[in-house]
Amino acid sequence: MLAVETTNLTKDYAIGFWRKKPKRVLDGLSLRVERGEIFGLLGPNGAGKTTTLKILLRLIFPTSGSAEILGRGIEDVATHRRIGYLPENPSFYDHLTAEEFLHYTGDLFGLAAPETRRRTARLLDRVGLADSRNIQLRKFSKGMLQRVGLAQALINEPELVFLDEPMSGLDPLGRREVRDLILELKEKGITVFFSTHILSDAEMLCDRVAILNRGRMQGCGELREMLALGVSSTEILLEAPDDLLLDRLKSYGTVVRTGARVCLQVPKEADVTPALDLLLKSGSRIVSVIPVKMSLEDYFLAQVALGTPARPETESLSPNEGGHQG
Amino acid sequence: MIGRVASIARHTFKEAVRDKVLYNLIVFALLLIGAAILFSTISVGIQKIIVLDLGLSSISVFGLIMAIFIGIGLMAKEIERRTIYHVLSKPVRRFEFVMGKYLGLLLTLLINTAIMTAGFYAALFYQTRRFTVEDFAPLATIYFILLQFAIVVSLAMFFSTFSTPVLSAVFTFSVYVIGHFLSEMKWLGQTSGSSVVKGAAAALYYLLPNFSNFDFITETAHGEKISGLLLTANSLYAVLYVTILLSATILIFEARELK
Repeated sequence: MLAVETTNLTKDYAIGFWRKKPKRVLDGLSLRVERGEIFGLLGPNGAGKTTTLKILLRLIFPTSGSAEILGRGIEDVATHRRIGYLPENPSFYDHLTAEEFLHYTGDLFGLAAPETRRRTARLLDRVGLADSRNIQLRKFSKGMLQRVGLAQALINEPELVFLDEPMSGLDPLGRREVRDLILELKEKGITVFFSTHILSDAEMLCDRVAILNRGRMQGCGELREMLALGVSSTEILLEAPDDLLLDRLKSYGTVVRTGARVCLQVPKEADVTPALDLLLKSGSRIVSVIPVKMSLEDYFLAQVALGTPARPETESLSPNEGGHQG
Repeated sequence: MIGRVASIARHTFKEAVRDKVLYNLIVFALLLIGAAILFSTISVGIQKIIVLDLGLSSISVFGLIMAIFIGIGLMAKEIERRTIYHVLSKPVRRFEFVMGKYLGLLLTLLINTAIMTAGFYAALFYQTRRFTVEDFAPLATIYFILLQFAIVVSLAMFFSTFSTPVLSAVFTFSVYVIGHFLSEMKWLGQTSGSSVVKGAAAALYYLLPNFSNFDFITETAHGEKISGLLLTANSLYAVLYVTILLSATILIFEARELK
């Protein structure tokens, strides 16, 4: 049984005041998320990430297509008993304390009061909010709200967790903690489906990713395969070669001088061995040979560029920073 | 299902009672009820009528403000502030959310009305220095006021599901005001020569809640009693009207996209 399966999921919004026109925000999305994996939904702002999650959570309804969660149609709200959800930029009841909020959440899942109390204490401790449990949420910072949001998403001990931009609003330490938490969930066999446009997080965490742009899927697969994609070039760092040798090396790639050293960038893998042979024969001192792997960012940019013919800049693409709106 | 509805109702009540504006309204209501004593001292011979009239009117007016305020506030706020994502991503059906919200709001109004009623009876006791059986007749009037609140809250929730908070308040208040003049409107339609006016007046008469049937403040102040038949009829009318409005609210809310 798959954790999530969508088939041709499409969503149109009617825009305009009088003469409403449909605007397609999600276009025939078909994806499969295996149980126990960390799946990342990547894409720039407005790509359709949050729309996808909202459709899966039944907050909005698809125009066409279908989706299943844990083997059951998304229409069956009873499945929510087995899932957790952290909305993007979560806004919770600010009149409640963190503890009361989790108690209320436990109530909605029909948990017995002692069990809710036990889980609340454990989760608040896990997300680092044990000392703030009696503080009203109105006094919480964005990062604290994100943490309490994660705690509420886990109170029912879900089999599958949807996290919409879970790193948004967190400082570097907080992001690290959330990354650890996500990995901990995977260790427990919990499927994590999260959306992000912070590529470094996805690269560190995801087993598989799907890349969305303007509502369309641009690519989907195992991160290892995508990035094995392998070696995009090889950098050979040399110490002070003579000019004659440099001229000969130029036939293998680009030569860049950095102070006393020279970096030879060899784009073709087949040229690496002949270049190294030449260097060894000439008695040059080789400092390092580094295969340059394609990063997820490179891959992402390439995919997004493919799907964005009239927009060369990928506005919200951010390999490291937080942001919002999928 | 009952557990989830009760949980949402409890939470709604908690949210309402933690709102400082609500306390201000109760304090104002109690002050006005207290002021009734002051007015009665300068009204020789009709002291009790003044206390009854002003006291019951205070309960009605301030309760109405609370009903509109919390009815719209607590429903629209959930959607506007996106806290509703939290509730609906749990195993909660949308009709359970609407029912829980309504019952929580009703519980809030019930307790607020009970507090104002206690203030009203304190003022009445100060005035009369003793209670007779007749002095408990206004309880039926207060019950009618409460039935009006039950309808007003369902109206407020109904409008909140598809309109902005400000417009919902305007719509609810307008319906409340028009609902007090429906008999006059029907009469206007019947005496009008235009079939359009006649039809529109008849449509409004049957469509909108007839609040004038629930208004017995002046009659109570002058010692009139409410019959058992009217008590039953008004109770059934309110239950029916609230049921229809909540059903419509649920239907709209079931189809509403929470963008």
